[in-house]
Amino acid sequence: MAQSEQEILAGLAEIVNEETGLEPSEVQSDKSFTDDLDIDSLSMMTIVVNAEEKFGVRIPDDEVKNLSTVGDAVGFIAKNQA
Amino acid sequence: MTVTSKGFAAALRSATPWQHARISGIGGYRPRRVVPNSEIVERIDSSDEWIRERSGIIERRWAGDGESVIDMSVFAAEPALEMAGVKGSDLDAILVATVSWPYQTPAAAPLVAERFGSTAMAVDISAACAGYCHGITMANDMVRGGSAENVLVVGVERLSDFTSRDDRGTAFIFGDGAGAAVVSRSETPGIGPTIWGSDGEKWEAISQTESWIDVHEQKLDWPHIGMQGQTVFRWAVWGMAPVAQRALDAAGVTVDQLDAFIPHQANVRIVDAMAKQLGLPDDVAVARDIAYTGNTSAASVPLAMERMVRQGEIPRGGLALQIGFGAGLSYAAQVVTIP
Repeated sequence: MAQSEQEILAGLAEIVNEETGLEPSEVQSDKSFTDDLDIDSLSMMTIVVNAEEKFGVRIPDDEVKNLSTVGDAVGFIAKNQA
Repeated sequence: MTVTSKGFAAALRSATPWQHARISGIGGYRPRRVVPNSEIVERIDSSDEWIRERSGIIERRWAGDGESVIDMSVFAAEPALEMAGVKGSDLDAILVATVSWPYQTPAAAPLVAERFGSTAMAVDISAACAGYCHGITMANDMVRGGSAENVLVVGVERLSDFTSRDDRGTAFIFGDGAGAAVVSRSETPGIGPTIWGSDGEKWEAISQTESWIDVHEQKLDWPHIGMQGQTVFRWAVWGMAPVAQRALDAAGVTVDQLDAFIPHQANVRIVDAMAKQLGLPDDVAVARDIAYTGNTSAASVPLAMERMVRQGEIPRGGLALQIGFGAGLSYAAQVVTIP
């Protein structure tokens, strides 16, 4: 069953926390992964792979560069979830 | 009219096989010139801290005069031959894995052979960072198949010749060096079954930036090796850890029985993530030679093993899981006994 964007945000925040140690409360929709959360490209890929597994979506390598904010990622996952 | 054979097919003899092979010697050569991150950072608008965080690299070696691909191959092979107790002139075959020998033809291997006064079979392997582990398998099969008793396998690179000093994705990654192993007949199994393969669909993930034809016809700058870092990272960690696991399974070895994990030294983040995926116990020594050597492509696995053996970090006769992976994309993994 598709999850709400709120649920996806909460799940994504857990993944980010596990990879970077950032508090889940800091992971908000308007935050940029690189500029605000200081997540580098390799950590971003780890987050992407873990998100694929958690949400049952496929996030192609070419798409990752378009996910600049947390909200972009939540929107992509919501749109592509089965 | 039907052509008929002379009827002597039954007279044909195959080579006499030998049951087992092992790595009987290991050696390495690191170029004289140490290049710290501080020498790299300016042209890529970076910092020592940035490079360490993203790659684990503190310094690398760049080859200079008297350190050609052939020179470094010989310098790495000499201690390997000494450990194996084999003379260079007695080798039956020489396999050189490299992508940075600057001649399209001939291969580097016959020139290495010549330096040892050898006229043995000598060919290069073009499988980039996976080339050495391919060479170990080929040498193993040559010994076991009866084509050779002692095979020299060299992994050697002068990647500094093919690295753009201005490419933020690769300028800090690559280094130069050579590692070598001798594969010999053995009374007991010393090289487990290899899991290997390729994924040519992803050939652009790591490649020379332009073909020689384009460089010539379009008068382009000297090409370098380019890399799509995120694509390679995903493939390496989540694609290659299962390959390494399959190599363990094929050898009948569990992670608890390993003494060492020696993956291609692509990036310490990849090394750490693979070790985590494999669930390695804390007592398995994990190669992190990349910190002081950089990514030396085909040379990285034997250089890492050589350092671990020389420093007494891993026991001779113990088990090491090694895996090479890189441009192609190509990969090969096997469990070996430590020489």
